[in-house]
Amino acid sequence: MKYIDEFQNPELARRLLDDIHATVTRPWALMEVCGGQTHTIIRHGIDQLLPEQVELIHGPGCPVCVTPLEVIDKALEIASRPDVVFCSFGDMLRVPGTGRDLFQVRSEGGDVRVVYSPLDALRIAQENPGREVVFFGIGFETTAPPNAMTVYQARKLGIRNFSLLVSHVRVPPAIEAIMRSPSCRVQGFLAAGHVCSVMGMGEYPELAARHRVPIVVTGFEPLDILEGVRRAVRQLERGEHTVDNAYARAVRPEGNPAALAMLEDVFEVTDRAWRGIGVIPDSGWRLSSRYREYDAEHRFSVTGINTLEPAECRSGEVLQGLLKPHECEAFGTLCTPRSPLGATMVSSEGACAAYYLYRRLELTPARTAVSPEASPVA
Amino acid sequence: MPETAPHTTALDITGWTCPAPLRDRPRVVMGHGGGGALSAELVQHLFAPAFGGEVLAQLGDSAAVTLGGVRLAFSTDSYVVRPLFFPGGGIGDLAVNGTVNDLAMSGARAAYLSCGFILEEGVEMSVVARVAEALGAAARAAGVEVATGDTKVVEAGHGDGVYINTAGIGLIPAGVDLRPQRVVPGDVVIVSGEIGLHGVAILSVRDGLEFGVDIESDCAALGGLVQAMLAVTPDLHVLRDPTRGGLAASLNEIAAASGTGVVIQEGRVPVPAAVGNACAILGLDPLYVANEGKLVAFVPREHADAVLDAMRAHPLGRHAAVIGEAVADHPGMVVARTGLGGTRVVDLPIGEQLPRIC
Repeated sequence: MKYIDEFQNPELARRLLDDIHATVTRPWALMEVCGGQTHTIIRHGIDQLLPEQVELIHGPGCPVCVTPLEVIDKALEIASRPDVVFCSFGDMLRVPGTGRDLFQVRSEGGDVRVVYSPLDALRIAQENPGREVVFFGIGFETTAPPNAMTVYQARKLGIRNFSLLVSHVRVPPAIEAIMRSPSCRVQGFLAAGHVCSVMGMGEYPELAARHRVPIVVTGFEPLDILEGVRRAVRQLERGEHTVDNAYARAVRPEGNPAALAMLEDVFEVTDRAWRGIGVIPDSGWRLSSRYREYDAEHRFSVTGINTLEPAECRSGEVLQGLLKPHECEAFGTLCTPRSPLGATMVSSEGACAAYYLYRRLELTPARTAVSPEASPVA
Repeated sequence: MPETAPHTTALDITGWTCPAPLRDRPRVVMGHGGGGALSAELVQHLFAPAFGGEVLAQLGDSAAVTLGGVRLAFSTDSYVVRPLFFPGGGIGDLAVNGTVNDLAMSGARAAYLSCGFILEEGVEMSVVARVAEALGAAARAAGVEVATGDTKVVEAGHGDGVYINTAGIGLIPAGVDLRPQRVVPGDVVIVSGEIGLHGVAILSVRDGLEFGVDIESDCAALGGLVQAMLAVTPDLHVLRDPTRGGLAASLNEIAAASGTGVVIQEGRVPVPAAVGNACAILGLDPLYVANEGKLVAFVPREHADAVLDAMRAHPLGRHAAVIGEAVADHPGMVVARTGLGGTRVVDLPIGEQLPRIC
């Protein structure tokens, strides 16, 4: 656990920053793909310390943010059923569906439980054979393997009252889609290290070559981010565009074979809608036909969902890196973590929430400060 | 642009919107008890208008009232912790120390407590006895007498075994006036020790999240520490014990009520390694994690060194540290200077902190 301190060392950070400052000669726009990286950048004020020429654009890598409204509404519908125990990771409970969230379903009598592992949900199913237990399986390549493992275990143990509401998404097709957007400004990527620790790096060389962008596999501590920026900027300044692993302590090029085998067995690739963005081909997983009976959507045949989307929210553009959170007119006024318009303001990894929580001082002083005359300053 | 690969389509953001309407909350949700913005809203917009009264409007940890010419601190709190026993304490000592500490934040030494038990049908009597013994022992250690009480039993399934409500009164010494309105720019912010211990200790034994850390709750009565501080100077400006919502919530409450800004140096906030590591794994921020035996003090600059020395000489304040100051800039807002040299806003939490997905 010494690792955490070491990767937040201010002196080492200063050296990396000096190197980046010395390297940069032109403006560059880098996208950090993962919401966890966004969180670290904003929380530690890293973007304030980089040269002005280096712009960090926040990518779509927050699993909570990109889960489609329709799936949230399906979760709310299933969780409301009296025979269901609905299990979820904590941060999904506050994400608004159409008109309410899982916290409200719970306050209305729904049995919604926060679990910390999908295997906890499976245990609840074993202990409650007379009830249907549903686990909300969302997230990127990081959470998909344990969820796959849970379904595998359920079948192996003959547990029939368990199912998965699946909305898993894959990163490389999202990078592809971002690069194909006509208004894309991204010149280099900080790829999500934990995604690569599962999947390996095999999908990236073709992406880097096709779009002529450097892709640097990057971790999540402050020094990881700075090292990722340093390597990406070096490549850009030299006109290079290769895949570089700056997270070698966790990522092997081949990934995690056991996790990959589990994914292969339980899931199959499918088109998937991303909240605020739309459908990206081949960008998701669903349960394969062999595991159909464990698919909550199939089991509960949730239909007739009418989603309702507010027109003011521009988080689709934020997720694409086309708009900074504070450039949205609703930011900090109509839209706050207390009453969010969109999921990017709800999730702690969402770019809008990160800006609101950590950046309000310089972004919206007029909205938040009271006049000096009003304060009892001596 | 490169040629379109067959498996992708170009994205067009024209007309894109994000879903999710504005909401209200027709029913109580867990966040209303989380000590953050939802809790504050419930109190300020529902309870306070319904109850009326000038004393309640102070909205401090305890109320300062004058009765028969005597200044009293008066406070109540309810304890609904799960599990009932945790490393470093249990619901019994928590029920004493929590209320004693609320009184101490007014500068008062607690004198008498009431104790209301709400028991769930079927809970083992040995559990009730263990809780009661711990409660009595904590009261004796804090120098406070349980003077009155009440017991109710609810049907099985309508409680978590044991709920406790305590209320307490104590005398506020002459010359002591602790309230956020007395905070001025230049005041030094001192925290009495390492933060986050109680919240992480509870999480470490909570069902589904057990993780093997050698960490105990900091549950303790702070009356003695406060008296040691007041012995140096009665001119402390404000004290708070950062329980639910953690240090961040207390600092925000003081900033909002005082109309000053607060700046803290993140690197100076004492965070034990085990707390920091557990928070890193769970995606929590130690500044928002609950404590049960810590206080944060705003002290006039000229008294700060002496008060700090007095705190460090007390067993419950030996890790006391100066973490920041009150400022005239950004009134009502708490800002942290990060270890790397950046800045960030430390906001009032909304409800409960929720562990992240990954």
